[in-house]
Amino acid sequence: MSIIIKQGLVVDPSQGLRAIKDVLIENGKIVRIADCIIPGTSQAINAKGLVVMPGLVDMHAHLREPGREDKETIETATMAALAGGITSVLAMPNTTPCIDSAQAAGLLQKRIQKSAKANVFVAGALTKNRKGHALTDIEGLCNKSVLAFTDDGSSVDDEKLLSSAFDICRKTGVLIVCHCEDTALSAGGTVNRGFISTSMGLRGISKESEYKRVERDINIAESAQARIHIAHVSCAESVDVIRQAKAKGVKVTAETCPHYLMLCEDDVRGFDTNKKMNPPLRSCDDRNSLKRAVIDGVIDIVSTDHAPHTENEKDIEFERAAFGVIGLETMLPVTLTALYGNDSTDLTKIAQICSTGPARILGLKKGTLSAGSDADVVIFDPEREWMVEKRGIVSKSKNSAFLGMRLKGKVIFTILNGAVAYQA
Amino acid sequence: MSRWGQKDLLGLEYLTGEQIEHILLTADSFKEVSTRGVKKVPALRGKTVVNLFYEPSTRTRISFEIAAKRLSADVINIETETSSIRKGETLIDTGLNIQALKADIIVVRHNASGAAAMLARRVDISVINAGDGWHEHPTQALLDIFTIRQRLGRIQGLNISIVGDIAHSRVARSNIWGLTKLGARVTVCAPKMLIPPGIEKMGVRITDKIDNAIQEADAINVLRMQFERDKTTAFPKQLEYFKNFAVTEERLKRAKKDIIVMHPGPINRGIEISSEVADGCRSVILEQVTNGIAVRMAVLFLAWQGRRGL
Ligand SMILES: [Zn+2]
Repeated sequence: MSIIIKQGLVVDPSQGLRAIKDVLIENGKIVRIADCIIPGTSQAINAKGLVVMPGLVDMHAHLREPGREDKETIETATMAALAGGITSVLAMPNTTPCIDSAQAAGLLQKRIQKSAKANVFVAGALTKNRKGHALTDIEGLCNKSVLAFTDDGSSVDDEKLLSSAFDICRKTGVLIVCHCEDTALSAGGTVNRGFISTSMGLRGISKESEYKRVERDINIAESAQARIHIAHVSCAESVDVIRQAKAKGVKVTAETCPHYLMLCEDDVRGFDTNKKMNPPLRSCDDRNSLKRAVIDGVIDIVSTDHAPHTENEKDIEFERAAFGVIGLETMLPVTLTALYGNDSTDLTKIAQICSTGPARILGLKKGTLSAGSDADVVIFDPEREWMVEKRGIVSKSKNSAFLGMRLKGKVIFTILNGAVAYQA
Repeated sequence: MSRWGQKDLLGLEYLTGEQIEHILLTADSFKEVSTRGVKKVPALRGKTVVNLFYEPSTRTRISFEIAAKRLSADVINIETETSSIRKGETLIDTGLNIQALKADIIVVRHNASGAAAMLARRVDISVINAGDGWHEHPTQALLDIFTIRQRLGRIQGLNISIVGDIAHSRVARSNIWGLTKLGARVTVCAPKMLIPPGIEKMGVRITDKIDNAIQEADAINVLRMQFERDKTTAFPKQLEYFKNFAVTEERLKRAKKDIIVMHPGPINRGIEISSEVADGCRSVILEQVTNGIAVRMAVLFLAWQGRRGL
C-alpha cells in the first residue's frame, strides 16, 4: 500500500524543509520527498494549496480510560485526536485506578493495543495514587515503556520527595512533567484572581500560586541536575521564571495550551463553565506574554490538556463545575488562529511547537517526515475558516471553550502509519 | 425613551445607565400604589411569580412577594427545605420544571455566583436575580439608588461611600455598578483584607479609614458584617471592627449636614453601626425597605414586558 501526497507545501522543521513537494509513503514509512514523484499504482492525494506536516504530537491529554469511560475512552479520544491532525498523544495518569504500578500500566497498554486509533504513549504517576506521599516504582514503570512521570492535576508538595524523584529520573533519563500549583494559595479559587474574580464574585486563583511553584520545581530539578517539563503555563511571571532558568542552562522545557493563547479572563464573564479551567484563563497581558514566549522559544511547545467532562459536571453552578476543557480537535486551528498570520509566526514554527518539539521532548521518533520515519502526517488548509459546533465534535464530551467561535485552519487528511485515518 | 427590554435582571453590570434610569422611573410610578386603600394594580394579573430561594432571606423574599401581589400576580414560594434540591435535583432541572408549570417569572436567590445567569440561559421565562453568591444583588442596589435619589434629588456628582465587607458583598458590587453608571463618585471603605483585588477597575476609590469615607460623603451605605462567614481569612475582631469602622454619631459630626445613612439590613447594632445612628434622623433604613417594594414591582413588570418584547 502506498500513498503519494502531491504538491503540498511540505513543512518539516526536523530537516529544515519548507517547499512545495511530493511525499511518497510506502509500507507505513515515509520513503521519499521530491519535487515530483510519478504516482504509478499509488493512491494520490492532491494537496495543492494545503500544508503537509508531520502528524501532531500532544504530550498532555486526559483520556479518562480506565475509570471514566462516560467522559471519554481511548477509542473516542484517539478518534478526536485524528480529527485534529494529532497522531500521537501522551495519556496522563490520573485515571481510576491511576497509573502508579507496573500492573496498571500493563493493563492500560493492553487497552491501548485493543482500541486506540492513534499512537498513545503512557505517562505514569510520580507518587502512589497521586497522593504525594510515596514515589511510584519509576524504574519499573520505565520498563513498561512509560515515557514520563507526573502527578498532573496536582503538584507534589513534599520537596524532599520530589527531589528524590528527580534523582531517579536523571539516572534513567526519563522526563518529569510538573503541574505547578501551590494549593495553599489557590484553594477554592475558580477564575484568575483580580478584577474578574472580584466583579464575578468568585474566589480567585492568584498567579503566585503558579509561578512560585514553577520556581520551586525548577530549583529542585536544577539541584538534581535533572530535566523538567512545566505543564500548562498560564501567566507572564511563570514565563519569566522559565526564561531565567533557561538562560542559566537549566534543562527545562515548557508548554502552554492553545486556549491560553487565544482566550483571556474576559471570556469568562458570562459564567460559561466551558471557560473554567485550571490554571484559569489569565489577563490579556498574560496572553500576550505567552504568545511572545512561544514565538521566541521560551515556551517550547503547545499541548492540549484535553480534559473531557460530562454535561452533568459542567452544566451546573460555575463554582461547582469541573475544571477543564477538551482540545484535541481544536489544537491546530486555535494555535493557527492565535499565532499564524497575526504575528511573525510561520508554519515552521507551528510544526515545531505542535509536532517536532513535543516529539523531541518525549524522545519519540515522531514529529518528522524524514525518510524512513513512521508515516504520520497531517494535511491541512491553514486559511479555511470553520465554526466550532457541538454536533461536529468527535470527542465523547463536548466541553469545548470554543463553541460558537470561528477558527482558521482546517485539517483535511490525517495519515497514521501510512494509511488515511481521517478525512474531512 | 430607552427601555430595559430584556427578559432577565441578572445584575447592574449588564445594564446601561439609561436602562437603570428607566427602571427607577417605572418604580416612581409604582410607588403610589402602596399608598392606596386597595394596594393593587392589575399589571401582572393571571401571571405566576415563583420565588426560588436556595438561601434563607425572609426580607428579600417577602419584599418580592408583596411586590408581585401588588401587581396582582400569583406567588409561589419555594425554599431550600421544601424543594427538591435536597433530593439532588439541579438548579436547571428545577428551573425547567417551573417553566413547564407555566410560571412566568422566577426570582432566584442562590449561594453560588452566576447561578441566576446560568438559569436564565436555560429557561425562556424571566429570571430575576435576588442575590447570587458574592456576585450581585441588583434589586437591593436599585432600591438603594432609588432611596438616595428620592432624598437627595440626584445621583450624578454625589459622593457615596460603601463601608464594610466589600470582598464578600453582592450588595456592594451591584451598588458600585449602578452608582458609577449614573455618575456618582463611589468610595469603598474596609479593612485591607476585605477589599477584593482589582476593585479600583470598577471605578471606585479605596480607603481603610472610615473618617475619609465619611468626610465628603453625601450618602453612606453600611454593609452587614458577617463575622461567621469566612473563618479562613484573618477577619478583624468584632470590637476592633466597631472601634475602627463603625458608623457612629461621633464620627458623623464631621460629615456633611444632610448626609444620609443606609443599610441593606438586617443590621448588627453595635458592630457596623451604632443604634443611635440606625434610629437617628439621618437614617433612611426603613425608607429603603418601603422603596424595595416599588423597585421590585418595576423590575417584575419590566421583566414581563421584556419577555414579550415590548
Ligand atoms: Zn495539570
